[in-house]
Amino acid sequence: MLEMIARRLLVALPTLILVSIFVFGLQKLLPGDPVLVIAGEERDPQVLAYLRELYRFDDPIPLQYWAWIKQVVQGNFGASLRTGASVSALIVQKLPVTLQLAAFAMIFALGIGIPLGVFAATRKGTWVDSAVSTLALSGLSIPNFWLGIILILIVSVNFRLLPASGFVSLWEDPWRALQTMIMPAFVLGNALAATIMRHTRSSMLEVLSQDYVRTARAKGLLEPAVVWKHAFRNALIPVVSIATLLFGELMAGAVLTEQIFSIPGFGKLIVDGVFNRDYSVVQGVVLCVAVGFIAMNLLADILYVIVNPRLRGTR
Amino acid sequence: MTLLATNAQISAPRRARSRALTRFLSNRGAVAGACVIALILTMAILAPLITRYDPNTTNFLAIRKPPSLAYWLGTDELGRDLFARMLYGARASLMAGVISVSIAIAIGLPIGLVAGYYGGLVDMVISRCTEALLACPFLILAIALAAFLGPSLANAMVAIGLAAMPIFVRLTRGQVISVKAEDYVEGARAIGLPHHVILIRHVLPNVIAPVIVQATLATASAIIAEASLSFLGLGQQPPSPSWGSMLNTAKNFIEQAPWMSLWPGLAIFLVVLAFNLMGDGLRDALDPRRS
Repeated sequence: MLEMIARRLLVALPTLILVSIFVFGLQKLLPGDPVLVIAGEERDPQVLAYLRELYRFDDPIPLQYWAWIKQVVQGNFGASLRTGASVSALIVQKLPVTLQLAAFAMIFALGIGIPLGVFAATRKGTWVDSAVSTLALSGLSIPNFWLGIILILIVSVNFRLLPASGFVSLWEDPWRALQTMIMPAFVLGNALAATIMRHTRSSMLEVLSQDYVRTARAKGLLEPAVVWKHAFRNALIPVVSIATLLFGELMAGAVLTEQIFSIPGFGKLIVDGVFNRDYSVVQGVVLCVAVGFIAMNLLADILYVIVNPRLRGTR
Repeated sequence: MTLLATNAQISAPRRARSRALTRFLSNRGAVAGACVIALILTMAILAPLITRYDPNTTNFLAIRKPPSLAYWLGTDELGRDLFARMLYGARASLMAGVISVSIAIAIGLPIGLVAGYYGGLVDMVISRCTEALLACPFLILAIALAAFLGPSLANAMVAIGLAAMPIFVRLTRGQVISVKAEDYVEGARAIGLPHHVILIRHVLPNVIAPVIVQATLATASAIIAEASLSFLGLGQQPPSPSWGSMLNTAKNFIEQAPWMSLWPGLAIFLVVLAFNLMGDGLRDALDPRRS
């Protein structure tokens, strides 16, 4: 077990290094003189010289990367060019906001996706199955920022039921937090719910065709016991690791969701960074998300082994 | 004898193809998807013939008019006809979907072929790079690329294409590895055909089916991605219309002119659903084992 984790960590290392090279390389995509682009309107030669020095633009590219990565490894992503705030501090400050949103969205997605998937699988080929599958495909096709706009229009503007924007921490005021989170969590979670439903359905179908399920039925067990006690537990194994891997989609979806509901999280940070041409912020966020994704991949691998005893000892 | 053999060679793939076509045509959802795409494509191409309005002509006497006989879908905050903007916006959205996926395939397919076919160190380097790129979520990578390239529709397409590329590398590589072990590739190698001929004439045709399926589904994601980038202001620039940029302005007038938000979103939903339905149908038709 420990050996497996160690080996996975070792494999993740080159991926991490490559990710950092890509994120660093983004800077090289800037058209024209990067110093002029970063400086924006500012044309003071002293400022330009300072920026050139700061980013070591006159050094060879590998040296520039080395200087950058040395800082990043120490948790220093540089300073925001607009506000002067430390990028790492910004990230630490915004992360809990996005994590709260992501947690709510995930709870919603699992709460809807898993039961619907089981429901569809146990009624394979009936109209219920096709209705649920159509619902899932629609969930995957609907642009979530549009869903957000329409929800605000109906729920907040027409019926004035929920606040249209803003963020309240769960620790400060749980009730208000819940109110502000319902719509964003639904918007962010609906595509995930669709994905989870599809995986649960196919996983359940596979398990339901296994011999031990037939044995359970032959013993005369009631159908709910067969479905929930025998099939469901085993069908959940791949679903758990899929849910972990949806982290990336959760982060990408959060960018648009936070934009629509004016939630001051990670997504808002990267979008504001883009528009203020605050490139170190953009790089910092992208790198953090990628590292998070690799960590979740590792977690998925480990969880998979924990919930599936047959894999222990192998690999 | 030789004649018979050649006939059998020709008809076998043809029969497989017509069987796939029959399977595709018997899938109602997939056919409906294909029809919707064809209809919207036709409307986008024939836009100047369908509407007499220009998508960028402002009219200050007709600001934020609800849908009516004169303005079928209403007008926006500058009095521009929304139906005309929807038609011309369809051009941007469809073009973005097709071009960015073409970029992804044009780069990803050859790299995947080489990685899978040659294996060894080349494969290891390519696979590691692909993995690293896949660690950045598709949309975040596209946003970052678009941010550094600069906001424009063309750059958004490049950004989406590059962000979608690693999926095609991984898919093609996996397919090539399973095809490489087949007898006909072994045979081609045994008679001394050069590698590039084997790759293009024997390996490529046998890995292309899943790539086509993935391309259809990727077009759906690319259209949503373009709409997302344009919605954030990183894609199509004003005054040119795209469904995403129309939603970007519409969200500021959600109380005064809700119809402005309605149509572009519905259109994106419809087109993306159509591509997803068609992709699922193609997968079932081309790879019956999976259904």
